[in-house]
Amino acid sequence: MSNTTNTATAANKAWDPKSIIAARVAQELKPGMLVNLGIGLPSLVANFLPPNSDVFFQAENGVIGLGAHPPEGMEDPYLTDAGGGFVSAVPGAASIDSAMSFGLIRGGHLDLTVLGGLQVDERGYLANWMVPGQKVPGMGGAMDLVAGAKAVIVAMQHAAKGEPKIVPECTLPLTAARRVTLIVTDLAVICPTDDGLVLQERAPGVSVETILAATSAKLIVPDEVPEMVLG
Amino acid sequence: MKKAIKAEDAAALIPDGARVLIGGFMAVGSPLRLIDALVERGVRDLTVIANDAGLPHKGIGRLVHAGAVRHAIMSHIGLNPEIQQKMISGEVTVELVPQGTLVERIRAAGMGLGGVLTATGIGTPVEEGKQVVEVDGRRYLLETPIHADFALIAARQADYVGNLEYSLTAQNFNPIMALAGKTVIAEPDVIVPVGVIPPDEVRTPGVLVDHLLARAA
Repeated sequence: MSNTTNTATAANKAWDPKSIIAARVAQELKPGMLVNLGIGLPSLVANFLPPNSDVFFQAENGVIGLGAHPPEGMEDPYLTDAGGGFVSAVPGAASIDSAMSFGLIRGGHLDLTVLGGLQVDERGYLANWMVPGQKVPGMGGAMDLVAGAKAVIVAMQHAAKGEPKIVPECTLPLTAARRVTLIVTDLAVICPTDDGLVLQERAPGVSVETILAATSAKLIVPDEVPEMVLG
Repeated sequence: MKKAIKAEDAAALIPDGARVLIGGFMAVGSPLRLIDALVERGVRDLTVIANDAGLPHKGIGRLVHAGAVRHAIMSHIGLNPEIQQKMISGEVTVELVPQGTLVERIRAAGMGLGGVLTATGIGTPVEEGKQVVEVDGRRYLLETPIHADFALIAARQADYVGNLEYSLTAQNFNPIMALAGKTVIAEPDVIVPVGVIPPDEVRTPGVLVDHLLARAA
């Protein structure tokens, strides 16, 4: 079952944990999709899409057709992403108000959201908006996105400071009581199902044992767990 | 027709303790001159209903910094450490509302609805104390309208009827909030003669706007 190798290819050596996650998530974006990327790590996913991918990105502050950061000196103070950073708009973009923006999210018009995570549990439930007793930033749009998007991918580091983030049951407050579609980490791709969490792929050079050791939730391990194929 | 008023005269209309809707998203599309005038006048004890608390010295963050805010109803305060400190010290109380729910509660107030049903928040701390309504087998939270004394709106362009046009992501909560304040004060970047804004471009009809802020000196 284990297929550990220390002879990672030259290409693999260049893959830092965040790039592994972003590149693998990017493979889930298909032509014609409307996609919302969370701020931070999920926003890196756009860097790994092929040109002319025919994906429209939504920013919940009010744009469909989010483009790259504009060249210096060409920023528009009225064209920003949900983190407040300057962006551009692609041809065919639309600007919308907040009611329309969240109508798209809740109403089943958003094909996919990619969000960071603090914990995901065996039910596939996500906690990603607060740590009681610590900072309370607010949920922003996260609860609407997880409750309303057609598909939810959690993009996160597999463990935080040695502590598993994929756990039997979330101890942090949930973002929504909804099973997410896929969990992509720097170690693995995991799919929540009716039977539980299924280990689908390993990151390059990572063994199933390593993944199990970094996971406190029960994982269903098929006979074959292929390695992620990254660009 | 409306006569444009100065920022300090607009700020004088807003008493201490008022409930105020303020447009903007991370200070983009916030009425910055109105905010400065409120800080200047030393307003206190506001209840501010807005997407977020801005940044420490930007947008709504300036009101927070000046000690003008007593209560905040917002979806996100994470980029303003100052309001978090004031929340911990008890100087400011904060009600966190999911962003899509916040805009719908404001819209409900402005549209004359008794509330909205949303699945957002089910199974989370947001559900606590709220009525759950089942429709066609799916559970929803009953979220009630958020009314306010004032709505402070930023727009790209106005005419002297008060018709408003917005720009890109600076529109965000503004067109919705313009429905929900008892008194609506709009701060346009520019005011153009009546007829310059084509009817199809009007996003907020002038009948909703009570006061127009004169352009910056």
